[in-house]
Amino acid sequence: MNFNFIKTAEKKGIEAMSIIFAIAIWQFAAEWIVQNKLLLPSFYDVVLSFFAIIKSGLIFTDTLTSLLHFAIGIAAAFAVGIPLGIAMGWFKAANRAIDPIIEILRPIPPLAWIPFAIVWFGLTHQSAGFVVFVGMVFPIIINTYTGFNNVPKVHVEAAKVLGCTRNVDLIRYIAIPSAMPSIIAGIRIAMGVGWMCLVAAEMFGVSNKGLGYQIWHNYYLHRMDFVLVYMLLLGFIGLFIDRFFRYYVDTKLLRWKAGTVV
Amino acid sequence: MGRVSVKNVSRTFSKKEDKSETRALENVSFDVEDGEFICLLGPSGCGKTTLLRIAAGLETQTSGEILLNGVPITGPDPKRGMVFQQYSLFPWRTVIDNITFGLEMQGVKKSEARKQVDKYIELVGLEQFKNSYPYELSGGMQQRAAIARALANEPEVLLMDEPFGALDAQTRNVLQDELLKIWEQKHVTFLFVTHSVDEAVFLSDRIVVMTSRPGRIKEIIKVDLPRPRSRTSPEANNLRDKVLKLLEEERFNR
Repeated sequence: MNFNFIKTAEKKGIEAMSIIFAIAIWQFAAEWIVQNKLLLPSFYDVVLSFFAIIKSGLIFTDTLTSLLHFAIGIAAAFAVGIPLGIAMGWFKAANRAIDPIIEILRPIPPLAWIPFAIVWFGLTHQSAGFVVFVGMVFPIIINTYTGFNNVPKVHVEAAKVLGCTRNVDLIRYIAIPSAMPSIIAGIRIAMGVGWMCLVAAEMFGVSNKGLGYQIWHNYYLHRMDFVLVYMLLLGFIGLFIDRFFRYYVDTKLLRWKAGTVV
Repeated sequence: MGRVSVKNVSRTFSKKEDKSETRALENVSFDVEDGEFICLLGPSGCGKTTLLRIAAGLETQTSGEILLNGVPITGPDPKRGMVFQQYSLFPWRTVIDNITFGLEMQGVKKSEARKQVDKYIELVGLEQFKNSYPYELSGGMQQRAAIARALANEPEVLLMDEPFGALDAQTRNVLQDELLKIWEQKHVTFLFVTHSVDEAVFLSDRIVVMTSRPGRIKEIIKVDLPRPRSRTSPEANNLRDKVLKLLEEERFNR
């Protein structure tokens, strides 16, 4: 919905002033109070570092690497999570068979899988993607399941009476659209978790490129201005992905819903 | 052709936990002529909805059978359309796409189906709203669309489960008038469940009055009023009085 940041800034003077004010305080505190680039790099330092990584081109390779890891994770989580959630939500027996396994695996923090990610995939993109996948797959499974479980009975019966009686058709024409708001809410939660896992996976040495890796690398070099650039970059890219997703969902997928859903 | 024969239909619901049984229907039999308008009327919990759901193929009887043109009903079929009491339009489809749903299921192309259902949209007066989503419609319009959706499959029998139950009194009267117009044009057999005596007297050729649980047939009343009917004529009032007395007996028999 709030896709146009610039328009938003024009209309929302108070919000814009607030951000400018916060930056001013930051700059003042770093320059005059802390006076230590290790403890708190100033806004100006961060801007300079930002242009430095643009000039060197590092920003592009690292962003693309991180996005690649994220894409591998998201694709795998979709491919596994949505079919599993559908099976569990539609067939009682499948739910009874799969649910115990999921309940055991789910509480394991995704980052605990890092050693196995390295052993199984080595220091590859797939390895970081795997950690992202572990973080994303459970919210997707659970929300797909919930959505399928809550398909109103009257819609299923109406469809049957209208000649839609096969399970495949009922899933495709009734259950999936009906469960879509829940599935999308799950994807949004999953993207938040996955984004965190991405950084952690790259930091803990699953990758030698990427935004998370750069944070850790620059910490070793004591270049906290660069650390902060990458932190902000992660924040902004995450925000952008979320906004873009919401815009797409609200205008394309869930236009039939009144008001905002997710 | 839509001749319906209900033959000795019984339905017992059993609970697994305490092995208790609820007898919802007991030995219900009646015949419905092709093109007839039948109302099923009875105290709440008398099994009239269960009977309708068995006719739709959404529920199974414990014994007996329901035949459509001599063929036993075993499952849902587009030949028997159904309109539910709850709003049952698919909220993710626009009005027109709801109405084309049945044709799409039969393999008709979407563009072709849209052309075919235009006349039904016109019939229920929703031309202006055909591209709206259900949440944008009032309750009365949603039920109109649900009727058009059921008609689009060209059913032989239309099963209606208190379709106007959730509407306000005025909208309900308007929809009753419109439903009768549709019935005259399309000449489908109607099985209409209601708890409203007024509705039954205004709409039907015959009223099947049922007893309280277990549901049996108490009496089948022929409504010999000329159409178009007046809601307040003395004859209609007499008939209403008669039906109300039958229902009152049931209240004391419980």
